[in-house]
Amino acid sequence: MLPPLVPGLEEIVGKENVLWNAVDLTAYSYDATADQPRQTPDVVVFPTTAEAVQKIVHFAREQKTPLYPRGSGTNLSGGTIPLRKGIVISFQKMNKILEIDAENLTATVQPGVVIADLNAAVAPFGLIYPPDPGTVSTATMGGSAAENSGGLRGLKYGVTKHYVMGMEVVLANGSAVRFGGKTVKNVTAYDFSSLFVGSEGTLGMMTELTVKLIPAPKAHRTMTAVFKTLEDAGNTVAGIIKAKVIPATLEIMDQMTIRTVENFSKAGLPTDARALLLIEVDGMSEDLVAREAEAVAGVVNANHGELKTAATDAERNQLWAARRSALPALASLNNTVVLEDATVPRSRITDMLVACEAIGKKHGLTLGTFGHAGDGNLHPTILCDKNNADEMARMHRAVEEIFDAALGFGGTLSGEHGIGIAKMKFLGNELGQSGLELLRSVKEALDPDYLLNPGKMVPTKGNA
Amino acid sequence: MSTPESPTAYDELSQIRQETDRCMKCGNCMAVCPVYATEKVEAGVTRAKIAVAEAVLSGDLALDDPKVYRMLFDCLVCKSCAANCPTRVNFGRIMLALRAALVRKNGLPWLKKAIFSTLRHPRLFDVGMKAGAVFNGLAFRGVKAKAAIAPRSPFAWAGGTIGFDGERLFPELAVKPLRDRVPEVISVPDAKFKVAFFTGDSLNYFYPDAGADVIEVLTANGVEVHIPKGQSCCGIPVLVHGDVETARALARNNLDVFEKCGAEYIITGCGSCGGAWQHDFKEVLADDPVYGPKAAYWAERTYDISTFLTEVVHFRKPTGRVEASVTYHDSCHLKKSMGVFREPREILGSIPGITFKEMAKPDACCGSGGSYVLTHYETASSIGKRKVEDINRTGAEIVSTGCPACMMQLLDNVNRFGTGQQTRHYISLLAEAYRNEKAAS
Ligand SMILES: Cc1cc2nc3c(=O)[nH]c(=O)nc-3n(C[C@H](O)[C@H](O)[C@H](O)COP(=O)(O)OP(=O)(O)OC[C@H]3O[C@@H](n4cnc5c(N)ncnc54)[C@H](O)[C@@H]3O)c2cc1C
Ligand code: SF4
Ligand code: SF4
Repeated sequence: MLPPLVPGLEEIVGKENVLWNAVDLTAYSYDATADQPRQTPDVVVFPTTAEAVQKIVHFAREQKTPLYPRGSGTNLSGGTIPLRKGIVISFQKMNKILEIDAENLTATVQPGVVIADLNAAVAPFGLIYPPDPGTVSTATMGGSAAENSGGLRGLKYGVTKHYVMGMEVVLANGSAVRFGGKTVKNVTAYDFSSLFVGSEGTLGMMTELTVKLIPAPKAHRTMTAVFKTLEDAGNTVAGIIKAKVIPATLEIMDQMTIRTVENFSKAGLPTDARALLLIEVDGMSEDLVAREAEAVAGVVNANHGELKTAATDAERNQLWAARRSALPALASLNNTVVLEDATVPRSRITDMLVACEAIGKKHGLTLGTFGHAGDGNLHPTILCDKNNADEMARMHRAVEEIFDAALGFGGTLSGEHGIGIAKMKFLGNELGQSGLELLRSVKEALDPDYLLNPGKMVPTKGNA
Repeated sequence: MSTPESPTAYDELSQIRQETDRCMKCGNCMAVCPVYATEKVEAGVTRAKIAVAEAVLSGDLALDDPKVYRMLFDCLVCKSCAANCPTRVNFGRIMLALRAALVRKNGLPWLKKAIFSTLRHPRLFDVGMKAGAVFNGLAFRGVKAKAAIAPRSPFAWAGGTIGFDGERLFPELAVKPLRDRVPEVISVPDAKFKVAFFTGDSLNYFYPDAGADVIEVLTANGVEVHIPKGQSCCGIPVLVHGDVETARALARNNLDVFEKCGAEYIITGCGSCGGAWQHDFKEVLADDPVYGPKAAYWAERTYDISTFLTEVVHFRKPTGRVEASVTYHDSCHLKKSMGVFREPREILGSIPGITFKEMAKPDACCGSGGSYVLTHYETASSIGKRKVEDINRTGAEIVSTGCPACMMQLLDNVNRFGTGQQTRHYISLLAEAYRNEKAAS
């Protein structure tokens, strides 16, 4: 039977852009987040223009049915699950790069452009778009802007919010607004871009984005260092920054992760090491990079680390392989991968690693931690069996304790994965009552009826 | 892994739960799935198919719901997803087990109808009619014993179809198949190795010259070659349609025939055939106490011709020249099932006169997927078009590959979208270089 929403939507976007059969709906019932409920929407719609998005919003208002914006559905906080059914609005067919402006160092894209595709398109101009979540080859510009995604280069190059210069947004009342643009400076009115970046589809739908590009670094040097103690590794991270070197990448893996990776891929990692750092420095000239690499080597040595430097691209790939297989290796241990991203000030990295290890042990859980040491963004990862209720309960307690620990060290619930469904109930712990109220006032000013992505990020009145 | 005590996933669907459980819905498969790249809807991609499998296992969707089986057949079983999967979900096993369960539930004639119902495009009517013969393979299920001895080529239907749609190009069905042209044993003086050549149906019927080149290159390197006449189809074309019993019968026959011929190694010149010997025979015979171990034994001794040349016999570098610019397409099954991608490039690199030009995404699927191209011609063509655009950008005159199914798909798509490139098996270029030595001397 034709669901009642279908004809109206078909009128807006055409038959070929509306899906409603049970198989298609099943395909939109999940995202990459573990341990979340699955829910099928009533219908999935693919707009190809901003006008269509506006019409869909008006239609949804009339029908009083929620709208769930979706890019590639790779987020890790339940951000795209259509909790209350309704309409999933997929941006995957709005995937055109509208302009590359090499003179102003900007690109203007539709929201469904995949990050790696933008990078491939700007590469011939000697430019890059730096934000690089682990999902660059799948995630969309819209989705990553809505999550304010980070990545491996965040320490030196920043995260998505540092690159979004302007956008077009369709609001919950159906109007389309443009703000920001190609100018490096812009203080006209509020900084609306900052409001919508990281808003997780709860305030408006981005239908066009103008982003900053930068010249591609010409040289890089890649190193790994292994340490006998976590303190040495932590001191090395601090020491590198103190030596005034900002590596593009400064990643850490704890012992559990090292052992799992070694078991998984036999990369020759020392399984007695307590921590491993992957360090990559880059820049515009070979000797600049060589000098930075030397400084890094000095800090590693001073902290009793064992250093390896890649001499060739093949060796660079080998060093990276260990870090790249961290998640796959851990994930291979069990059927449920709970990937957290609690983040602490850089100076508390060692404390946080120790705390995560202790929490895992206390609850008898398999827990490995890796992540972006340079910016304090760790990924404590718990591997558990979804069919084991007791283990799942212990996992939930451990996650709560991880959040408490991060907040205790002056950190935050989420460094890059967002709040979504997964962390909503912990928001108060970080923001307090007044913070929650501010969150709600912003939401209700823009979307008083909770039309957009309800059940995510903003606890609805009465169910906080 | 199945043990002889537990049924295989091909007999008992619930066995795939250990695979589906491993999928964390990370979406990495989206980056490589050719169907998803074309259709841009989530239902095209691996993780969605796994979610649907989960819904079937939990009873939320019925396996024989037309929407479900249509989705199940909208997949090339190219294994690109598995190769890019962080948790190494064996998606091929999931997909083939689902199709096998479909056949168990509703039988084969029904399945055939279901497949044809996916041939909705009118232009495809003719293709569909011809494709009927693809499922000839299915027809011999009732006479298993006979099938095992004298199977019909599942591709034999294409004979006489040349030009059946003004644009579509097919290789001509050989007047005389390879195995009728050559004796069963080709000896060489002081043979270094004794190998058996599993020709597969495509090299036998469509590209017998490429098959003959495999033999020529082997003998030129001092290898005695057996080409057992009793060999049958590798079974992949029926396995992908869920006909596990026929696939098993074919596998058993092949194991018997090759065991008898007394060779040390099995050589293939086709990614799907080689993959079948290395993986699928073991998979489908896992619970067979007699043939399971045999399949495992030969899996270890099966080599693609390129691997055998570069790693076992250390082939003689040709001195004859082949003046051409050449690019290489990685067949999905050759690279993602057999792990072969370096070796053919090494061989091409050894040929004087060849300028090698790597294309962008050389391991992106070409859209063939065996019979997928017949049932989903539009999607297969978009996939093929993207491939040919990458080939065009290299400026190469010859596109080489290591799998006859890819050669057919490339032939057709190069004809439509290309700039007149030739489609060759890489081994034919080495054979040509050897022949050119003789001509020069
Ligand atoms: C293996 C793995 C590794 C990852 N690594 C990282 C990492 O290193 N760093 C990191 O930050 N993240 C990481 N992530 C998380 C994820 O990849 C990012 O959040 C990603 O950028 C989301 O993009 P998407 O297109 O999939 O968005 P989706 O998941 O589809 O959507 C994300 C959110 O954006 C909203 N949305 C989508 N499109 C729009 C739009 N046009 N307008 C408004 N709202 C919209 C959705 O409603 C949802 O709330 C990882 C995920 C996985 C599975
Ligand atoms: S890449 Fe593998 S684990 Fe990830 S969604 Fe695809 S099949 Fe599942
Ligand atoms: S086997 Fe190929 S077509 Fe099928 S889901 Fe995997 S990548 Fe896609």
